[in-house]
Amino acid sequence: MSIQFKSIADLREMLDDKSISASELIQESLELAKKYKELNCFVTMNEEFSVKKANAIDVNKKTSSRLSGIPLAQKDLFCTEGLRTTCSSKILSNFIPPYTATAVKKLEDAGSITIGKTNMDEFAMGSSNETSFFGNVHNPWKKGYVPGGSSGGSAAAVAAGIVPAATGTDTGGSIRQPAAHCGITGLKPTYGRISRWGMIAFASSLDQAGPLARTAEDCAILLNTMSGHDAKDTTSLNSNVPDFLENINQPIDGLKIGLIKEFNLSDLDSQVQARFEESKKAYEKLGAQFIEVSLPNISASVPTYYSIAPAECSSNLSRFDGVRFGHRAESTDDLNDLYIKSRSEGFGDEVKRRILIGTYALSAGYYDAYYKKAQQVRRLIKNDFDNAFQSVDALMTPTSPNTAFKFGSKGTQNPVELYLEDLFTISSNLAGLPAISIPHGQVNSLPVGLQLIGNFLREDQLLNAAHIFQKNSDYHLAKPNLGDF
Amino acid sequence: MSWETVIGLETHVQLSTKTKLFSRASTAFGASPNTNVNLIDCGLPGVLPSVNKEAFYKAIRFGMAVGAQINQTSIFDRKNYFYADLPKGYQITQMDLPIVIGGSIEIIIDELTKTINITRAHLEEDAGKSIHDEFEGFSAIDLNRAGTPLLEIVSEPEISNAKEAVAYMKAMHQLVTFLDVSDGNMAQGSLRCDANVSIRKKGDKELGTRTEIKNINSFKFIEKAINFEIKRQIKILENGEKVVQETRLYDSSKDETRPMRSKEFANDYRYFPEPDLLPVIISDEEIQKIRDEFPELPKEKEIRYQQEYGLTAYDAQIIASSKSMADFFETALQKTKNYTLLSNWLIGEISAYLNKQQIEINESKLSADKVAMLINRIDDQTISGKIGKSIFEEMCTNGSSPDEIIKSQGLEQISDDGAIEEIILTVINENPTQVEAYLAGKDKLFGFFVGQVMKLTEGKANPKAVNSILKDKLK
Repeated sequence: MSIQFKSIADLREMLDDKSISASELIQESLELAKKYKELNCFVTMNEEFSVKKANAIDVNKKTSSRLSGIPLAQKDLFCTEGLRTTCSSKILSNFIPPYTATAVKKLEDAGSITIGKTNMDEFAMGSSNETSFFGNVHNPWKKGYVPGGSSGGSAAAVAAGIVPAATGTDTGGSIRQPAAHCGITGLKPTYGRISRWGMIAFASSLDQAGPLARTAEDCAILLNTMSGHDAKDTTSLNSNVPDFLENINQPIDGLKIGLIKEFNLSDLDSQVQARFEESKKAYEKLGAQFIEVSLPNISASVPTYYSIAPAECSSNLSRFDGVRFGHRAESTDDLNDLYIKSRSEGFGDEVKRRILIGTYALSAGYYDAYYKKAQQVRRLIKNDFDNAFQSVDALMTPTSPNTAFKFGSKGTQNPVELYLEDLFTISSNLAGLPAISIPHGQVNSLPVGLQLIGNFLREDQLLNAAHIFQKNSDYHLAKPNLGDF
Repeated sequence: MSWETVIGLETHVQLSTKTKLFSRASTAFGASPNTNVNLIDCGLPGVLPSVNKEAFYKAIRFGMAVGAQINQTSIFDRKNYFYADLPKGYQITQMDLPIVIGGSIEIIIDELTKTINITRAHLEEDAGKSIHDEFEGFSAIDLNRAGTPLLEIVSEPEISNAKEAVAYMKAMHQLVTFLDVSDGNMAQGSLRCDANVSIRKKGDKELGTRTEIKNINSFKFIEKAINFEIKRQIKILENGEKVVQETRLYDSSKDETRPMRSKEFANDYRYFPEPDLLPVIISDEEIQKIRDEFPELPKEKEIRYQQEYGLTAYDAQIIASSKSMADFFETALQKTKNYTLLSNWLIGEISAYLNKQQIEINESKLSADKVAMLINRIDDQTISGKIGKSIFEEMCTNGSSPDEIIKSQGLEQISDDGAIEEIILTVINENPTQVEAYLAGKDKLFGFFVGQVMKLTEGKANPKAVNSILKDKLK
């Protein structure tokens, strides 16, 4: 029986009833990765180590953990000891970390097997995976179309059924938007739920790791393992981690879902709008109530985000200077020349653009007008959410205004066009709130995602609502036709 | 024209924590290059800082000692600039909410007390070290120092001349060492300062254009650098020219200051709050604990030394003024009861030696235990004070113990009356002329006889016994 498109829960059963060994499972997963090489999901494979670890699991036969022997893919901005970690950038194309990110380490300690590192937008800056130094990733649903970004490789690898789940990171929608475009489930947890130690920073106050999987249930399994306070990341939350799997089946009768007044959905593509209306009805049928809520400052989310995120990125990326690690330019005149050449050669255009924007936003004389102002607006947006959650349990929006688009069709002339892709996802990063994207059908044979935003630390409610939806629909079971690859 | 100098000092105090400000790597001085460095210190991708509270406790202790306001919630900011020995491309420091605000330090100039107010003191991490002259064609980087906690103490521009600046730094040195905030070792860079110097016409309200002299690390250089800079600026102003605001370096070999490359101060540091760290909150309990464990300061020691050990005010003041001397005294008096003799030695012989060598007592080969032993041997009359001095010289050079020296060189004092009497009789017999003259009333000759006895005993005869027996025999 093929393992392709199987969920973690399915594979667990197969491993437990011995219909497959861990070695066979990993072997098949690696073969699928090779078979669909053209998708370009992976930057680096971890074949030798994966096979060894699977063999060891078969020999030991200790499968106390749900994740034991399960193949996973890690976004290539999680540091992995001894395994190249590039952030899909030329500047790190030769970087082999001496340590492993906490989130990945927890998954690996639970027995899962990292079969490879997935392609992404360079340093997670992008919404189409087109800024990668290692080339575009194809959307498994349609060749020549973007998978979304920045966790595009992870989303495509899961959508193509190569691995049941993968890690991603979400700074402004980088888990949810590719999950939506690839027809899978992606969760961005509360800021601080998962340690950022070993996650190469884009924008520290917004970055959050999370799972991409075929189902909400699998997201819960991964979240259970990835969550928790880490002394090495003092911004990680020191709060109790509930068993997300345990409460996933609660009835959602009486769940109050807010619709954000300021998001005028009638501007959207009529079919995207129609999908949304239908899912709303589905939730009503499951017992949820819909309430219109106002978040007056939410329309300022995109400019606020594009002041804060580039500012933090401009500082975070200063360490890539060619001195201690990463790409170093040859034949340079002096230290300044070394910096200029190494960084000019090492970074791609979008990364350079954001470093420039961020440097400007933090400059003397502009700081108050941009960075400081943006932080004040951020606080207002957060207050709006706090108010809304006085009367609702969750908020519902489309994940993305559009379906996946053709390579090169957006943002090449005007980058802002691409920035607007994140309209619905960005605000939850600014407010630090959890949000999930679940597939809810297709428009023109391309998947569409539905987003639920939850209150602080209420991933349990989101996973519960998503799981009940998936139990009563089969959108999440749809598989792409991979015949073109 | 009469000119007036205005000086403000930024003092960098390296805090004596075991580990760094944001990592658990050691801060020990003198390790081989790049060995006290972990993932965080070399700014690897994906690493995050976590705060060393011990540095906060020390900063707070300093703040309390100068009567400052302590910010129980303080935040870190990033100061962005590129340099090869700054691994992250930014320094984590405190801009808007420093741990310490206000306070003051008293200095004494010509027996007059002057108060210098403190603007603020904030915590920050040190950078690494660039080494430009050791490898032909290359610069080398040592990150051992990167991440070491510093307390930067900014004074108000209330210092009027180089002498006051030195007095301020000496007061600062005394304070941070007594507070156990820093080892205060200036040669190793644990205490250094930047001096902001400007000149204005006497009576002017507005400040003149200032220059900043960077990284001065000895009392002597502070005085010289500031005096050079004052003269330089006055000359410029008297020529009707303008002082350029710039950063300068003091070159001790030429005794002059000169501008650093202009690039160095054209930086826009783009400060913003460090997003990788939450605000650091110090609880009331922590503040109380710091208060309860507050170390004794020089003034308190001075009084205690007089009350508990009967030292004179003068002796107590001298011993209590230096942390290393006070520590030495307090350790030594665990092992000897003759406090007066101990303090005499510390202020006399030992201080003279240290001054000559230009070192602190903790940098010498002397140990408190051994000095106490020396005091005890003099006290119990095993040796004379004079022999004690020669033993002391040997202790200074090779650090050996007084008892060993006494034993190996047979220096025990001769206190046996019989033995001394025998020697005295020999001296009397051998010097009949002098005996006659003495008995005829030439009292001064008594010293001659004592000298002869000492010569025969190589100085080991107990002087008291010699005196009394000699008097008896010469009747």
